Amino acid sequence: MTAHHEQSTASSPVSTVSAEDARIAPKPRLRRFHQASWDEDLIFDLGSPGERGVLVPRPDPSLTPPEIPAALRRAEPPALPEMAQQQVLRHYLRLSQENLGADLNIDVGQGTCTMKYSPKVNDQFVRDPRIAALHPLQDEDTVQGVLGIVHALEQLLKEISGMDRVSLQPGAGSAAIYANVAMIRAYFEARGELDQRDEVITTIFSHPSNAACAKTAGFKVITLHPDADGYPDIEALKAAVGPRTAALLITNPEDTGIYNPRIEEFVRIVHEAGGLCSYDQANANGILGITRARDAGFDLCHFNLHKTFSTPHACGGPAAGACAVTAELAPYLPRPTVEFDGTTYRIDDDRPESVGKMRPFLGVVPNLVRAYAWIMSLGAEGLRAAAETAVLNNNYLLHKVRQIPGVSVPYAEGRPRVEQVRYSWQQLYEDTGVHSEELGLRAADFGTHYWTSHHPYVVPEPMTLEPTESYTRADLDEYAAILTEVAREAYESPETVRTAPHRSTVHRARPESLEDPATWAVSWRAYRRKILGEGLR
Amino acid sequence: MSSRIGLVVNPVAGLGGRVGLGGTDGPQVLQRARELGAEPLAGVRAALALREVRARLAAAAPTRHAGTSAPRLLTAAGEMGAEAAASADLDARIVYGAGALPAEGGTSAADTVAAVRAIAAEGVDLLLFAGGDGTARDVLAALEAFGGRPPCPVLGVPTGVKMHSAVFAVSARAAGEAAAAWLRRDGGVRLRDAEVMDRDDDGVRDGRVASRLYGWLPVPDVPVRVQQRKTGSTAPVPEAFGGIAAEVAERVGDGLLFLGPGTTTRAVAAELGAETSLTGVDVLALSPGKPARVLLADASEEALLGAGPAWIAVSPIGGQGFLLGRGNQQISPRVLRACGGRERLLVLCTEAKLAALGGRPLLLDTGDETLDAELAGHVPVVTGRRSTSLYRVTR
Repeated sequence: MTAHHEQSTASSPVSTVSAEDARIAPKPRLRRFHQASWDEDLIFDLGSPGERGVLVPRPDPSLTPPEIPAALRRAEPPALPEMAQQQVLRHYLRLSQENLGADLNIDVGQGTCTMKYSPKVNDQFVRDPRIAALHPLQDEDTVQGVLGIVHALEQLLKEISGMDRVSLQPGAGSAAIYANVAMIRAYFEARGELDQRDEVITTIFSHPSNAACAKTAGFKVITLHPDADGYPDIEALKAAVGPRTAALLITNPEDTGIYNPRIEEFVRIVHEAGGLCSYDQANANGILGITRARDAGFDLCHFNLHKTFSTPHACGGPAAGACAVTAELAPYLPRPTVEFDGTTYRIDDDRPESVGKMRPFLGVVPNLVRAYAWIMSLGAEGLRAAAETAVLNNNYLLHKVRQIPGVSVPYAEGRPRVEQVRYSWQQLYEDTGVHSEELGLRAADFGTHYWTSHHPYVVPEPMTLEPTESYTRADLDEYAAILTEVAREAYESPETVRTAPHRSTVHRARPESLEDPATWAVSWRAYRRKILGEGLR
Repeated sequence: MSSRIGLVVNPVAGLGGRVGLGGTDGPQVLQRARELGAEPLAGVRAALALREVRARLAAAAPTRHAGTSAPRLLTAAGEMGAEAAASADLDARIVYGAGALPAEGGTSAADTVAAVRAIAAEGVDLLLFAGGDGTARDVLAALEAFGGRPPCPVLGVPTGVKMHSAVFAVSARAAGEAAAAWLRRDGGVRLRDAEVMDRDDDGVRDGRVASRLYGWLPVPDVPVRVQQRKTGSTAPVPEAFGGIAAEVAERVGDGLLFLGPGTTTRAVAAELGAETSLTGVDVLALSPGKPARVLLADASEEALLGAGPAWIAVSPIGGQGFLLGRGNQQISPRVLRACGGRERLLVLCTEAKLAALGGRPLLLDTGDETLDAELAGHVPVVTGRRSTSLYRVTR
């Protein structure tokens, strides 16, 4: 106990601080955000020789090197950083403060990504040893629980899509699209039509992965542009279909947030030409419990579990996708599948017509567990409520944003949107010379951000916002207020916006370095070789 | 070392538009425009562009050099440039017309040509000109007099009434931005050859505005910003040309190709291993695994008919979207029919250039109504290897 403390307890007033001084200052209208900037070195440049975080026990002398196969032995120890525990913890905590993660900001600006709250209890399930300690090579009898979850998730997604079978093998959305394209290819190959049917049709506002996956699988791609109202051009579709048509890969609603009301007609036109229809439901957030791929006549569809079903996006790492198909296409599903005979779950890897494995073993099991938990916690009514809330949030934000001077909402004039909107700042750019991208960077000074659109920019000076059901009205009001402020600055002090961000860790990335693979260094080894110019073996 | 910009203002450009005369060509129209109370705005727009250049160069310069980042300006006297420079607080050296220019509003196309020549002869990193399509033609004529490639890149500050040419930025501010990006060699800014077009001398034809292609001038090509990339973005433009070339090679196989004019077709030809003319129609012989050979350069309609059936590759004109009938009249209805019509027509365009049309359709004006009707509808546009966009084309 300090002398100071004794003194203060001895004096009669509890505190000499006035009530006025003790009051917490009122917050400004927009928060005074400032991101941490630690100027942290790479971990490979930290530490010192001999520094240790854990003292690893010496191996049992009986386990002498000869018991380790020669091919697995290193000639030299690996060049790992040498650091103590606290320094490692501090390093990564610092780095974690230098980003604008989904749990920190009002993440409605990452349109098309469907950023929603991923409940933390689902992470607890995944970290539970009953999931985390499983090994993929365990005998089926010992993993009945997780097989049951995978099987039950398939039943849920069958109901959500209306399809007959679902594979949870794909590692993420593009892998799921690729699996669907591979199934389409296998289907026509089995019918002896593959040589004739070598064209896949998609739309410019469908996710570019549809075109990319179709090309990767060897198809030619025909892209439809929107008609004057912003809908996929049905006349163009009629001109595109024919005996060469293998499939239509289409998103609905598209990235503009506009729902294609003629989607059944699209499907009919393609079916009449003998093609299959695959529905990109990577983001099904606006239509859960409202409409289903099967009901519009589709033969295949896919979901990104890390979008609609709340599992983390994992920074481009392991997410999880699901592809759903009709009974006619089920033989081609990726293998293995999980089958249930009423008492026991069984892994079926003997599927001769399957397009093969998309991932090792059962896929990305932790994300399947999270998606299962999310669906079960909401139930059927909850899923529909999530979709309706997301659509309501989007149209509320649309109402607020369209009042900001300089912004416009191209296509389908006056119509409500589904779950997202692609706005245009073209007018603001013409008035001020400030680009949409620069507004998004300035938003980072207020603790949030936004993304423009895929390339090419069909909508000029684009901004794509997608508020999911996770955000409150207060969140959306704050987001709209930030955009309003940034747009006002563009008109009144454009330099402030052009030179943004001012309160963020990284000022600006050089775009040309993103274009040139020669400058990409995604590992320490690549950095030393490409950037430092060190000769490495 | 600071950069050197040339500036030529056509002080009367755009006068006719504000008072509904649709253009300011010829002294009578000009006089009528003045009588109707038209106010000159070319100088105002030019000053706006210059202020944008100055601000952007200053923002990009290291703080201690901010004072020396201002460009050095070479221009003509009075309202042909010096006034705009003064209004933008830039020092300028007058290289044309000092003390000898006619009174206000009295300058002519000849003054524009002479001023451009004087500035280009001094050497500049970029020539900004404020005007319309007519001014762009004058600039083209002045620079063509130097022979070979134009001695400097140019960029139009749009102030005219008719804006058919692709040498203009979309606004004065955008011109300033593109100019600054070029002057500081920012982010891989390259040059592209842009069309100089103007309304046909015959004016309105068949109830539609007809325009003619006069040539190409190099302009800074400021790419769409790519900073906020996500996966799935389309290929950068150079890779796109490679993909289009691969598709053309696959379609044509062992055969002849009539290649229309323009920058896209030229870049595709380069990928195929041939150097073609920018403005003419060339006949190429393609053979799998071998570089393309130019059999005929700058071929006439008769020469194309004589060369025999071939595939035909054209690219839409930037800005307008004209596919046939502008700048490639050699590919006449007779040639198109002899080659097999739309079955043998390859339309080449990058996705970025297609998106820049803003949803406007591609345009046809072959002069043969029946053929135009046959070709109208949706045309497959080759955007890469095994990639086409089905795009509207109208008469």
